[in-house]
Amino acid sequence: MLDLEKCDSLGAALRDALKRWPEEVCLIEADRDREKARLTYRQFGEAAHPLAAALQARGFGAGDRAAIIMTNQSKWLISAYAVFHSGGVLVPLDYKLTPTEQLALLAHSRASVLITEYPIWRALMQTEGFVKRRVHIELVTEAPAGADLGGAMRWEDFRAEREPAFVPRKRSDWACIVYSSGTGGRPKGCVMTHENYLEQCQSLTRLYPFWPGVRYLSILPTNHAIDFMVGFVGPFVCGAAVVHLRTLRPEYVREAFKRYKITYMALVPLVLKNLQRGLQARFDALPKGKRAVLNALVSTNRALTWRRPKRWVSRRLLGAVHKEFGGELRALFVGGAFTEPATLQFFYDLGIAVANGYGLTEAGTAVTLNDFKPFRPDTVGRPLPGMEVRITNPGDDGIGEVTVRSRTVMSQYLDDPELTAETIVDGWLMTGDLGRVDKSGHLQLFGRKKNMIVTAEGKNIYPEDIEAVFEGLPVKEFCVFAANYIWPERKMVGEQLVMVLQPETNRAVDEALRTEMTIRNQNLLNYKRISGYVVWERDFPRTASMKIKRVELAEQLRSALDRQSVKAI
Amino acid sequence: MRTIEQTTGEILDLAAQHFKVPRASLSPQDDFFKKLGIDSLQALEMLTRLENHFGIELPDYEMQGVSDFRTLASRIQARL
Repeated sequence: MLDLEKCDSLGAALRDALKRWPEEVCLIEADRDREKARLTYRQFGEAAHPLAAALQARGFGAGDRAAIIMTNQSKWLISAYAVFHSGGVLVPLDYKLTPTEQLALLAHSRASVLITEYPIWRALMQTEGFVKRRVHIELVTEAPAGADLGGAMRWEDFRAEREPAFVPRKRSDWACIVYSSGTGGRPKGCVMTHENYLEQCQSLTRLYPFWPGVRYLSILPTNHAIDFMVGFVGPFVCGAAVVHLRTLRPEYVREAFKRYKITYMALVPLVLKNLQRGLQARFDALPKGKRAVLNALVSTNRALTWRRPKRWVSRRLLGAVHKEFGGELRALFVGGAFTEPATLQFFYDLGIAVANGYGLTEAGTAVTLNDFKPFRPDTVGRPLPGMEVRITNPGDDGIGEVTVRSRTVMSQYLDDPELTAETIVDGWLMTGDLGRVDKSGHLQLFGRKKNMIVTAEGKNIYPEDIEAVFEGLPVKEFCVFAANYIWPERKMVGEQLVMVLQPETNRAVDEALRTEMTIRNQNLLNYKRISGYVVWERDFPRTASMKIKRVELAEQLRSALDRQSVKAI
Repeated sequence: MRTIEQTTGEILDLAAQHFKVPRASLSPQDDFFKKLGIDSLQALEMLTRLENHFGIELPDYEMQGVSDFRTLASRIQARL
């Protein structure tokens, strides 16, 4: 691994990696069962340098911002490196957002460069507001021959032959602006410094090391903080390889483990659950005798590994299962949302270590991670090296708000000093999550203080962000809440969004209104939809500027209604 | 060449078979996440079955934002 203490920026660290391991494979790109590209660190540099040179020739330089909206693929990382090499600030945007949301965040970030894929670009071009949100340099990858790019340039042709200048940055300079939410409301652009990433990388690789030969399977979107760290920065500064799979189809994910002999993979609970379901179905289909043998082997493995994982023992006992994962797997990292302890236990009993963690973009990815000393499925692990975790205002049960202090915590929210001041107080990041630290230093989570939900896919949904879809609904007023915000529950699964509405005078919530709500709800991506509504006949409390006082409204609702008042739509 | 109605019908047949629900309970305008109680990965699994049936390849991004059978059918029809 590179000595990151000596690196001042992500650009410098990546540049040094390219020099250190020129002939090691750094990237493999596969689409379904077809391998599309395989690059060594030298070839990676040869692909990125002409792009960096072309960007610089068009005036892109230190502190300039470049947005990427791409699925997981080699050109994502090549483009990101070209930006860092040129001293730029990367704005990784979620390719799963709607084009309208992408354009809004693009404008908010004030990026001067946009790098995207053809299908995404095509959708952006057809979106209202596209013309006024165009940026200085627009690069589109993989466009078919003769495609109308509306004046954008082909990524593949955007090259300059001269050697690009390496633009040095300081550790305190901005590296990325990562949006943790705010697609429809108040954008939360987390400004991450080079130091944030370099510190996090050191801390994570101390616990889970990478080295040349290690293969990381990347299926989480690279714009997601987890994949950016463990699917790009981490492997690269250690000479390891990243395998990009351009589909999330479970059957190809399973196949990729075997084909590429994967060492690590990060995933969200939804994918982990899917893997569990697939395995369980195969176990259930075994003939009675074989099933009994499997059960006996699982019990033996559990007994032999209860104190700590013993990879060689588990691989010996349950070789057939481990073969399904390629036989080289060391750990799966799961985070981004709550993972059920039973799911973690299922894999641990098979000898497959699933390191459960907790983090948030604002904290620089992971705050805590399970170290298996011992395995604790009921917690999200201990704080990573360099992380201070404190519980503020704990109740009698020790549960309070989780606050974090570390060199990995973001510097600010972009252009929002007020929100920054509310979120980082005296150097401590207020996470809005409720937790307790037990005697052995493990963090346990018990719900949220903030008005938001997290889906099993690791998506943070803020109610304010989806209200725009319901604008103009024929009601007097409405507001969306996380149900747990109104009626707190000490659990982190099955979180739902509910609408609170005051009907027009003399109009009940009739079939026509319910139909309109349903239709509008379906315009939202499925994980952003509201589950139901409650009728509230009183005027919403509002500020002088007519903003809804959400805290006060939630209190009023809590004291007058219970969860049973929610009507499903 | 299939008509869009035929394509939709075949999708509903396959979905009913794959997720073991009565065929009569499904209709083109249904939100398949809600109706079948499935998540996005299970929807992708269903898509693979549909690809094999229709002999086409549909990239994951074509499923972005699609949640009802009718829209899914039109995406498939465009590639037939």
